[in-house]
Amino acid sequence: MNNRNLNLEVHHVTRVEGHGNIYVNVKDGVIERCEWAVPEAPRFFEAMVVGRPYGDLHHITSRICGICSIGHTLTSLKATEAAMGIKISEQDLKLRKLALHAENLQSHVLHLGFLVLPDLLGVGSVIPLASSNPEEVKTVLRLHRKANEMSNLLCGRTTHPQRLIPGGFSKIPSMKELTALREKLKESIPDLQAVAALFKALSPKLPDFNRETEFIALTNSDEYALYDGKIASTDTGTAPVGEYISYTNEYVVPISTAKRTKHARESYMVGALARFNLNYDQLSPLAKKTAEMFNLKPVCHNPFMNNIAQLVETVHSLEDSIKLIDELEASGLKSQPDYNKPEIKVKAGRGVGAIEVPRGILFHDYTYNDKGYCTKANCIIPTNQNHGNIELDLKALLPQILDKSEKEIELTFEMLVRAYDPCISCSTHAVKVHFV
Amino acid sequence: MKPKVAFFDFAGCEGDQLQIANLEEDLLALLGQVEVVSFREVMKEHSDDYDIAFVEGSCTRLQDEDRLKQIRKNAKIVVAIGSCATIGGINALRNYREIDDAKRIVYGDSANLFDAYTARPIDAIIPVDAYVHGCPIDKDEFLHVVKSLLLGKKPDIPTYPVCVECKKNENICAFERGQFCVGPVTRAGCNSCCINEGTICWGCRGLVDNPNENAQKEVLIKNGLTVDDAIKKFRLYFGWQERRR
Repeated sequence: MNNRNLNLEVHHVTRVEGHGNIYVNVKDGVIERCEWAVPEAPRFFEAMVVGRPYGDLHHITSRICGICSIGHTLTSLKATEAAMGIKISEQDLKLRKLALHAENLQSHVLHLGFLVLPDLLGVGSVIPLASSNPEEVKTVLRLHRKANEMSNLLCGRTTHPQRLIPGGFSKIPSMKELTALREKLKESIPDLQAVAALFKALSPKLPDFNRETEFIALTNSDEYALYDGKIASTDTGTAPVGEYISYTNEYVVPISTAKRTKHARESYMVGALARFNLNYDQLSPLAKKTAEMFNLKPVCHNPFMNNIAQLVETVHSLEDSIKLIDELEASGLKSQPDYNKPEIKVKAGRGVGAIEVPRGILFHDYTYNDKGYCTKANCIIPTNQNHGNIELDLKALLPQILDKSEKEIELTFEMLVRAYDPCISCSTHAVKVHFV
Repeated sequence: MKPKVAFFDFAGCEGDQLQIANLEEDLLALLGQVEVVSFREVMKEHSDDYDIAFVEGSCTRLQDEDRLKQIRKNAKIVVAIGSCATIGGINALRNYREIDDAKRIVYGDSANLFDAYTARPIDAIIPVDAYVHGCPIDKDEFLHVVKSLLLGKKPDIPTYPVCVECKKNENICAFERGQFCVGPVTRAGCNSCCINEGTICWGCRGLVDNPNENAQKEVLIKNGLTVDDAIKKFRLYFGWQERRR
């Protein structure tokens, strides 16, 4: 192995959202290059929104990502609302939390069922599984469809929501629709347990790889933080969202159109595993049980376990959604006018919004002039925050698997990148291994 | 022999490919009729031997052009899916700003590291055989276009504005609610989905063919607007089409 030569180039890692490449070069057993690059076309959203009125911003920034469009819309609205001092009602807050759970469910189920499962079953995509494992595929499709129905009900759409607007909602579901949704969610619990059992049976295929790193996520004393909270780090404690710049410290590397970030160390990780590690105690009872099935405990430093943390969160989102609908029922759902458009008192100011979207902590930061036009914007996307950590993981993993075949190395690397569920459109877009 | 299909993406959010994944059971039925040979977002395998290419996203840099031309060479039929591919989409919003300015805003001192030019739809580079408009695309319209292509027919895409569908749905006109809406100049086919959800038409399906002649003029006249006013006032999605007019 000492004199191994390896030139590996994964150009556009598949089964991830967007384009990313891996470059590996080993000469006489010495690793000369091991890089993670994002060649995706830059999108310039921060330039696009400048000069646009406040009512357009959430619509535009939703288009940063098709998969987490609800998360981008909500973060954008929170930034605008913070800038103008707009308060939303307790009821709208609960409905927004439901919308976020819908996205979390949809995104995690899509990732686990369509993108990760094929690796664990040794095939190239979910397509052959439709005939080889029809029951499993149907279970995943059922869960995915229910999550989409939930998005439809809350947002008026599955991708690029419509009903979410500054100050609240243009339209809300009826209590009857919400209770029907609750029944569907309850019916989904056995399906989710079946998926958990399937992943449990396949979990030995997830590599046992650990590299200590820093985890960053929102935290909230009242609940498992998704919609709101303070920034928390496993290295340094907590800080208000307004201080995000001192956490993200963005920098540009020439090989990638996606920016990177670092905080207390050379890199940090965001996403389901970061949230799990920081906020484990607040998970729902069934979610904790699911974690126990996999012996997953905080603080876990195996990035491959991000997949399992997503599974755990799926259970949490389901249980918490049922609880939120119970609460809406108990307080009585107040109706609102058709074509609702909350009155907004436009004022100049700056506002930062932060939300835990499926892939991690997302920041939007807007400045408005006194006419309500955007003069400056900054968006920091979860996948960008993970790029640096992905590369350091690849570098630490390579010596451990260097005795394996090129094919196995490539698969393990791709599995690692996929475990982060990178959203490269978001980070401009990212994945592919180049062994050069 | 089943037709071979491939999916490609350029600058965009991949929300249209997600809409295709969201077909759920219908997707399984569709997979019975075609053979997917390339779909980077969901499969590892890739082949350049395909009959129909579905392309999402805008062309935003010189290096995209070669890739598009290669796709055109390989495919018998090229279908543009989603606003970014059909009309330039939200990407074209940046066309109102000098590109160097946009680069500097986003990448600061490192701006010159990255290549980018005016965002444009894919038919600015290669001939396109069929369009699935919208941001995101409508699942049913996608199925309609695919079925038509498989049967060798021309897909039936509306050439009238969103107002027609909106009135049929008995919505209260956005102008009457004191809001501004581009339904009068935007191509229908979405069943006025955004207005149905209580908001406005944002124009994601692009300008209707010949908006001067065919637009819902009465709504605009009543509100003291011309077609050109409407287009200028609201430029979220028309940044490439307006340039061409």
